[in-house]
Amino acid sequence: MAEQTTQIAHPLEPFLRKTTIPHIWCPGCGDGTILNSFVTALKELEVNLDKIAVISGIGCIGRIAGYTNTDSFHTTHGRPIPFAVGVKLANPELNVIVISGDGDLFAIGGNHFIHAARRNIGIKVICSNNFNYGMTGGQQGPTTPLASRTATTPFGNIEHPFNLVHLAAASGAVYVARWTTLHVRRMTESIKKAIQKEGFSFIEIVSPCPEIYGKASKIGTAMDFMNWFKKASVIQNFSDPAQAEITAEKIPVGEFVDVEKPTFEKLLREMTAQAQGKVTGGA
Amino acid sequence: MSEKNKAILTGRHFFSGDLACAEGALAAGCRFFGGYPITPATEIAERMARRLPQVGGTYIQMEDEIASIAAVIGASYAGLKAMTATSGPGFSLMQENIGLAVMTEAPCVIVNVMRGGPSTGQPTMAGQQDVMQAKWGSHGDYEIIALTPSTVQEAFDLTIEAFNYAEAYRVPVMIMMDAIVGHMWERVTIPPADQIKIVNRKKPQVPREKYAPFKPDEDLVPPMAVFGDGYHFHATGLTHDEEGRPRTESIKTQQTLVQRLCDKIRKNADKIIQIRETMLDDAEIAVVAYGIEARAAWSAVRKARNAGIKAGLLRLITLWPFPEKQVAEVAKKVKTIVVPEMNYGQLVREVERAAKTTPVTFLSKLGEEPHKPEEILEAIKGGKH
Amino acid sequence: MRLEVRIAGFGGQGIIRAGLIVAMAASLYEDKNAVQTQSYGPESRGGSCRSEVVISDDEIDFPKVTDPDILVVMSQAAYTRYAGTLKSGGTLILDPDMIPQQQTMHDKRIYKVPATKMAEELGKTIIANVIMLGALTSITRIVDAEAMKKAILSNIPKGTEKLNLDAFEKGYEYGKKVLEESNA
Ligand SMILES: Cc1ncc(C[n+]2csc(CCOP(=O)(O)OP(=O)(O)O)c2C)c(N)n1
Ligand code: SF4
Ligand SMILES: [Mg+2]
Repeated sequence: MAEQTTQIAHPLEPFLRKTTIPHIWCPGCGDGTILNSFVTALKELEVNLDKIAVISGIGCIGRIAGYTNTDSFHTTHGRPIPFAVGVKLANPELNVIVISGDGDLFAIGGNHFIHAARRNIGIKVICSNNFNYGMTGGQQGPTTPLASRTATTPFGNIEHPFNLVHLAAASGAVYVARWTTLHVRRMTESIKKAIQKEGFSFIEIVSPCPEIYGKASKIGTAMDFMNWFKKASVIQNFSDPAQAEITAEKIPVGEFVDVEKPTFEKLLREMTAQAQGKVTGGA
Repeated sequence: MSEKNKAILTGRHFFSGDLACAEGALAAGCRFFGGYPITPATEIAERMARRLPQVGGTYIQMEDEIASIAAVIGASYAGLKAMTATSGPGFSLMQENIGLAVMTEAPCVIVNVMRGGPSTGQPTMAGQQDVMQAKWGSHGDYEIIALTPSTVQEAFDLTIEAFNYAEAYRVPVMIMMDAIVGHMWERVTIPPADQIKIVNRKKPQVPREKYAPFKPDEDLVPPMAVFGDGYHFHATGLTHDEEGRPRTESIKTQQTLVQRLCDKIRKNADKIIQIRETMLDDAEIAVVAYGIEARAAWSAVRKARNAGIKAGLLRLITLWPFPEKQVAEVAKKVKTIVVPEMNYGQLVREVERAAKTTPVTFLSKLGEEPHKPEEILEAIKGGKH
Repeated sequence: MRLEVRIAGFGGQGIIRAGLIVAMAASLYEDKNAVQTQSYGPESRGGSCRSEVVISDDEIDFPKVTDPDILVVMSQAAYTRYAGTLKSGGTLILDPDMIPQQQTMHDKRIYKVPATKMAEELGKTIIANVIMLGALTSITRIVDAEAMKKAILSNIPKGTEKLNLDAFEKGYEYGKKVLEESNA
């Protein structure tokens, strides 16, 4: 090969859509870590980027679809999963990955999550769980801890939060994992696993929102979040999802579910093959 | 049988409006249906559930209508012609994502078999109460195309055309079919496949690096890449530039985009709009009607002619973009206009606006039965003196 | 010429289907235009329901029935509600066992066809609608018997062809008989 001078590019550059960057996230926000981990997984898997579709909803993390150099779609609030279902069923060859927030996926979009998991449609869902609605200024959401202060719980949250790991497992996900943004390596490995797995996969990433939730909850800075994650995280692979509740003292992390089950696409393919022999006439 | 022959049931059939609509979709090349059961549109979903697998397509019953329309937009972006069918309550749930389809220029077809509202209203009874919602239901400024059949044959034909418009203009197209037409059975003739005109979306002619997903051609419609084809493009419901990049603070981008989304329909309105004129040449009184009401009106006009009254019918097939020019021209010729609708006064306002100084008489009907021809005839006679 | 037919009874009697078959026979198996419309309550079983057919040599403008030329009724409620809507000089075909209370109507031609009882004799009450269609065919000649049979055959589950055709014949013959009796 002829010698040539090359500009040194960041190794992840081909995976990012340069034209939309700089991103909108605050300093110390965990969403950048998730993006980094996600594109690292794509790089390490050496997947064909043409066959990846990234779908997100509305929220801070929802902007991620705009930053990945793949086909991508930024849907309405709460609807990335049904949109992704449409993409996946229209072209099952695509690896369809939903990356969105706790509010998007589990409040306004909660119904879609449980049904996509129940059907075992082969989309991969990554949730940035920052315990609040970051984008709209830090309101309470479906994962906000009991008693926590947010913009709309000035006297403390009186709602019980979801245990997302348990919810996903109970809804029928075939792969369920939870990590914090401290666990970059393991998070990346889980994303790789999910991308390669057939069926509905779910990864919860506990993520700091220092700018808003950190202040309201008095958890503090990005560093304080990291210290909390470090102190409280306990790896409990394949432990009971029902016991995986997040508390101030303990964040159970790890892989909780990894099972095999026929996917919707597979059953659909079989049914279609059978039906194609039969044509109902008119009249 | 080839896939195409299985999809297009060439021949004479006896169908309901709902079934004809489903078969029209299949003939147009629809290969994805996402829906949720609701009277009186359920027959469309049931037919698609049986027929789509036979032609290698995908039917999925989603968890609600919000999911249905989201999945339809997703399937459209992944390259399939996609459709959903619902009625008032489901149509209301779909509105936010209809806006998304408009904003991201996703070709898709939405059928609303109209029942009586508001709310759960009268599930098994017909209405024409959603015709303004079709145009104005989602937030922001936008244009869609809405068609309304009066016969079962037209339910078939117009569904094919709906897909063609959706593909040509990259816009959601609605079939606004009152439940009487939806549940009415008539003969439908399905032509041979090679006699059915099919339009497919324009594909990009440039390499990936040069592709700007929202850069329009001269007709104001941008070519559309498909997920998986290697274009690595981004679409968002946020205001975006031609590259698809969010531009949430650029006034100019907002103006350019919103104007183009509206203008691609407004400026092509003459090509899009379909109407039928009957006995209007020498008419002194015109009835303007659509859907099942147009058939009552046709009967009334015939009866009026038999009685020596110079009446004519302007039947609207396209409801949106509203045939403003066509109504205005008729209004200039006649002394008065009668508008019967199965609602409490909706499209009549558009007619009034277009008719300017020509007086308009509105006839309202609520609850299942359309106007009897005699009732419209009375109004025609009333307009005579 | 425009001919209007109304068939009425309660859900589960095959009323809607009967109307469909008449319209289909006229429109697919004879060279006429026909349209069928229907109305039923929110409950698909048990509630009152009616099926209406317009048949014409011309294009049909208004598809709804307003003054029926022919009325077929299979329940008391339907009789009470619709007998008065029949055109003067129109034809009324009714199932007498289902309609204990009848009025005298001098301006209408009335034919009594015990379709439900005859269906019971065939061992299948659900076939009463097809018996009625047989009688309707011979009494009114609304469509040709062959066209009607074709329409019946394309509307029934596989394996029930003989049962349905037998029912049709029974009704047809019964209709012929009552027609002759009334002409006599
Ligand atoms: C239908 C609708 N309702 C409300 C909003 C406003 N909204 C935008 S983002 C958001 C919450 C986002 O929270 P989450 O999904 O947790 O993402 P985060 O910003 O925390 O990353 C809300 C309520 C909206 N865009 N659409
Ligand atoms: S508000 Fe919170 S979640 Fe949003 S970008 Fe800032 S730190 Fe991240
Ligand atoms: Mg959040």
